[in-house]
Amino acid sequence: MAAEFERDPVTGRSTTGHEWDGIKELNTPLPSWWLYTFYATILFAVVWSVLYPSIPGIDGLLKHTNRQDLVETVKAATEAQAPMVDRIRALSIEEVRKDPQLLAFARTGGRAAFNNNCAACHQTGGAGARGFPNLADDEWIWGGTLADIEQTIRYGIRGEHDKSRLSMMPRFGADGMLSPAQIDDVVEHVLALSRQPHDAARAARGAPLFVEQCAACHQNDGSGNRELGAPALNDQIWLYGGTRAAIRDSVFAARAGAMPHWEGRLDEATIKMLTLYVHGLGGGK
Amino acid sequence: MKSLSSREREAAPTNQSAPGPLYADRVKVYPKRISGTWRRVKWAILVACLSVYYGGAWLRWDRGPGAPDQALLIDMSGPRAYFFDIEIWPQEVYYITGLLVLAAVGLFFVTSLFGRVWCGYACPQTVWTDLFMLVERWIQGDRSARIRLDKASWGVRKIALKGATHAAWLLIAAATGGAWVLYFDDAPTVVREFFRGESTTGVYFFVGLFTATTYVLAGWAREQVCTYMCPWPRFQAAMLDEHSAAVTYRAWRGEQRGPIRKGVAPAPGTGDCIDCKACVYVCPTGIDIRDGLQIQCIGCGLCIDACNEIMGKVDRAPNLIAWTSVAYEAERAQGRPGRYRFVRPRTILYAALLAVVATVMVVALALRTTVEVNVLRDRMPQFVLLADGSVRNGYTVKILNKERRAASFRIEATGFAGLVLRPAQGEAQNGALTVQAKPDSVETVPLFLKAPRAASGPASRGVTFRVLDAQGRLVARRDTVFIGPAR
Repeated sequence: MAAEFERDPVTGRSTTGHEWDGIKELNTPLPSWWLYTFYATILFAVVWSVLYPSIPGIDGLLKHTNRQDLVETVKAATEAQAPMVDRIRALSIEEVRKDPQLLAFARTGGRAAFNNNCAACHQTGGAGARGFPNLADDEWIWGGTLADIEQTIRYGIRGEHDKSRLSMMPRFGADGMLSPAQIDDVVEHVLALSRQPHDAARAARGAPLFVEQCAACHQNDGSGNRELGAPALNDQIWLYGGTRAAIRDSVFAARAGAMPHWEGRLDEATIKMLTLYVHGLGGGK
Repeated sequence: MKSLSSREREAAPTNQSAPGPLYADRVKVYPKRISGTWRRVKWAILVACLSVYYGGAWLRWDRGPGAPDQALLIDMSGPRAYFFDIEIWPQEVYYITGLLVLAAVGLFFVTSLFGRVWCGYACPQTVWTDLFMLVERWIQGDRSARIRLDKASWGVRKIALKGATHAAWLLIAAATGGAWVLYFDDAPTVVREFFRGESTTGVYFFVGLFTATTYVLAGWAREQVCTYMCPWPRFQAAMLDEHSAAVTYRAWRGEQRGPIRKGVAPAPGTGDCIDCKACVYVCPTGIDIRDGLQIQCIGCGLCIDACNEIMGKVDRAPNLIAWTSVAYEAERAQGRPGRYRFVRPRTILYAALLAVVATVMVVALALRTTVEVNVLRDRMPQFVLLADGSVRNGYTVKILNKERRAASFRIEATGFAGLVLRPAQGEAQNGALTVQAKPDSVETVPLFLKAPRAASGPASRGVTFRVLDAQGRLVARRDTVFIGPAR
């Protein structure tokens, strides 16, 4: 160290002895408030890392975890909702529907449950997709009343539950019940039923075949049977498509979409809330 | 900077002293007590400002049952802002923007006319610093007593005086922080809960925060805020010109400065300034106004009072320091009668801007509707095909009823032939839907529009919702679209 540093004539401060191109650096210490604030932040960091988990494998004295926060938040939310949920569990769906406050709560809860459990197949808002029924329209394969919807959610369709609704359409083509020509005739008749362009002669040939083979479930006029889960064929809604080719595929190999049952997986109140939500999507009967 | 000797200072023209150093340690300012015209104006404004601030939240305003009866209230959870008869909903926050624009232009206007009157009289920093200085002076005495006290060694008396000062400051600061939170909830309730320890952490935090900032800024930082922290002094010069009034030392009249001695005639060429430094002693930012216009001057005019008192004592004409303009003084310095010009392109422009913004605000407020309507198209599903081949779209109509009474509205939809409206619940009457809107709330009405597939067209067609009030008057019309399948 040099013995004596130069003093700057303007400020009266000593210089650090450093000089660059004639510019000398003044020896200006950090303001003490700044320095003490800096020390305080270091102290804070030390205290923090002792109290909270900051080093992998070490939990910190407070044993704080974000997961625990989440568990507590969820618990608090569940507790806050408990009175409403308990009332929904205790009342029948019809009774819940008559209470505007409960209904609003149930619809909101139902939407959350729907998005978590149902939207994977039925899409958000129940928009549906090919093979997965649209829940917002006015066609219901198994019925659209509150009771019907509840039963479907609870026990599923062609599922593993004992009370699951079952029905199976025969594989008319694959099992050789109808010849390819007969199948084509039936398809033309179905097109006629739904007022689509069709070959009138073939449709006429298909009509008796339809009455013989299909009408037991789908009715003579193609209006379907909800007891059996037989879809209406005389309307404009097609689960697997309403084109000639799609209908032929259905007659040849049959369709049997399945839905899992939710009893035991979702609690009673959630099933009721889901039912009310689906019913309120715009197609409820 | 080496300080000028008194000889050099006398020789140097005012306002042209060498530029100061870039950094200087703070020199504590001990403003002396003064009385006079401008001090009285300052007291009056101080009392008015503090009364409004501390008392504003206690004004009651009857809005009927179910509504808060506080005249000035920002209800965050409501969420509404109440200003006497005016009720602001969150989406109308642009009124606050308008108010801020109005305040800014008003500030420019006043500054172009009268210089830094805002800084000197109405700025919260000035008002609270003044209040804190008043308390300080009551407890510790005037300037010389305070200087002596600071130089004295620590003892019982010094600890008692200093302690009392800081306790009083903290009390005022706490009242300041406390008054702030009163504007965000019912004031009497807030006070009761606060002292019972029932308030939320947020309330205690903000009271603590504003207590701390008031104490630090008005008790300790004081003129440092104006000189170093505040941006306003840096750019307020852009609003000033040579005709703007400012606290000015009339150098043409004051120089050369010279002390007066009893029985000795002043030397020839001596001006009116007797170099008594009274103007320096009373200055809250500790500057010498005789150095000319400077950034540290907040334009409070206390030096005018101090100088006039001295001028009176030595039998010289008052207003050696005065609110005056550069142009006026330049005329006077040359012996011509001065002239003040208030009407200038700059002031005309600011006044016009002020008038325009104020008019826009008043008109916007006057034409404010008490009903607002929003229409949201359901996005999922975009549309639904129905069994009979028609297409259905879902919409949510939100009716904001800002009135404090229930109202009935009728919703109609028009667009193209075949369009049918149906509420999500129940049936439509005569193709329209009647809804009851609760007072001061948003009514959410889900509804469906249905159209034959042929009529809905290939992709999307425009539809219009019309909302009518009970008297059949059109309240709002909102255009939206009806979407159908692409093929």
